[in-house]
Amino acid sequence: MQTPLARVRGLGTAREGTGHFWLQRLTAVANVPLMLFLIGLLVALNGADYMTVRGALGNPFVALMLVLAFLSVLNHMRLGMQVIIEDYVHADGARIALIMLNVFFAASVGVAAIYALVKLALGG
Amino acid sequence: MVEFALPRNSRIVEGKTWPKPEGAKNLREYRIYRWSPDDDENPRVDTYFVDLDDCGPMVLDALLWIKNKVDPTLTLRRSCREGICGSCSMNIDGGNTLACTKGMDEISGPVRVYPLPHMPVVKDLVPDLTDFYAQHAAIEPWLKTVSPEPAKEWLQSHEDRQKLDGLYECILCACCSTACPSYWWNSERFLGPAVLLQAYRWLVDSRDEATGERLDNLEDPFRLYRCHTIMNCTQTCPKGLNPAKAIAETKKLLVERRV
Repeated sequence: MQTPLARVRGLGTAREGTGHFWLQRLTAVANVPLMLFLIGLLVALNGADYMTVRGALGNPFVALMLVLAFLSVLNHMRLGMQVIIEDYVHADGARIALIMLNVFFAASVGVAAIYALVKLALGG
Repeated sequence: MVEFALPRNSRIVEGKTWPKPEGAKNLREYRIYRWSPDDDENPRVDTYFVDLDDCGPMVLDALLWIKNKVDPTLTLRRSCREGICGSCSMNIDGGNTLACTKGMDEISGPVRVYPLPHMPVVKDLVPDLTDFYAQHAAIEPWLKTVSPEPAKEWLQSHEDRQKLDGLYECILCACCSTACPSYWWNSERFLGPAVLLQAYRWLVDSRDEATGERLDNLEDPFRLYRCHTIMNCTQTCPKGLNPAKAIAETKKLLVERRV
């Protein structure tokens, strides 16, 4: 038995959420030039052979822009996915498990992407 | 998970069609949601016919005409009949609005009337707004000051008073909150557009000395940041207010104090 006010106040505020909100906007802004660069690179390398692609990725500017794109896009994806999970999944256990998996997924994709890029750009 | 379908005992069935008034030439069809806690029946939609030559122009006039002349068991809230008390908020023709300010001539075809969406129903068109009012109380909607009280009154410049325009007019009818999908899914944790607009009304009041505490009490992934700028609130507000903007301004204040 709780009064309506006790129910609504619940555990109080988390005193956070603004960091998440801000990082989502920050990565959104960063995604604009980074995605344009990525699309431009894909168009430029359309139909190119393996050695040409390795040569392009070996360019430090191209490689660093791609790393930035991975970080920005994957962080943006992680934040957005977390919001969707929080919106729709109400059971505490399932919500926490999915939020953890969401972080693991974004981190795994990021590490794999950077590893692939390093291997292509520098590897023998 | 979020429930996208109604539970079996809440599914709406076709109800009764009430007889047309005798001798009436100018009829309007009303299809109205009915549910009573006193029997074990599913909710139903009853059909009524209103004699427009004997009835005022607003949807509320028609509902009261039905209650007085056809079916006295039809249950609804109403008080001022001029859009200032917020009692007769309901879902009319698919949108949340006030029955007293919604003209029948704005609607084509049969007039469909349901209670505000996604709230527990007390009876017929009356939703249970207990938690909605508790959420309003939780933002402490009164002037908070620490400075010694002035002898006469807390002064406010004309410019500062103007910042409350578009906020103070809110009558807490709950049309916006119950139109918000985020509020449907998370109403136990998300405060909803109406309460957040009220919270912002106190955040921007130049006389209030508790702005920081008020922001602390909003800064939460659920209380505030469930708002995803869907804008249903602004679209449906029968008073023409913009809760979505008030929420966006609140988020700006929170960013401002940390960036």
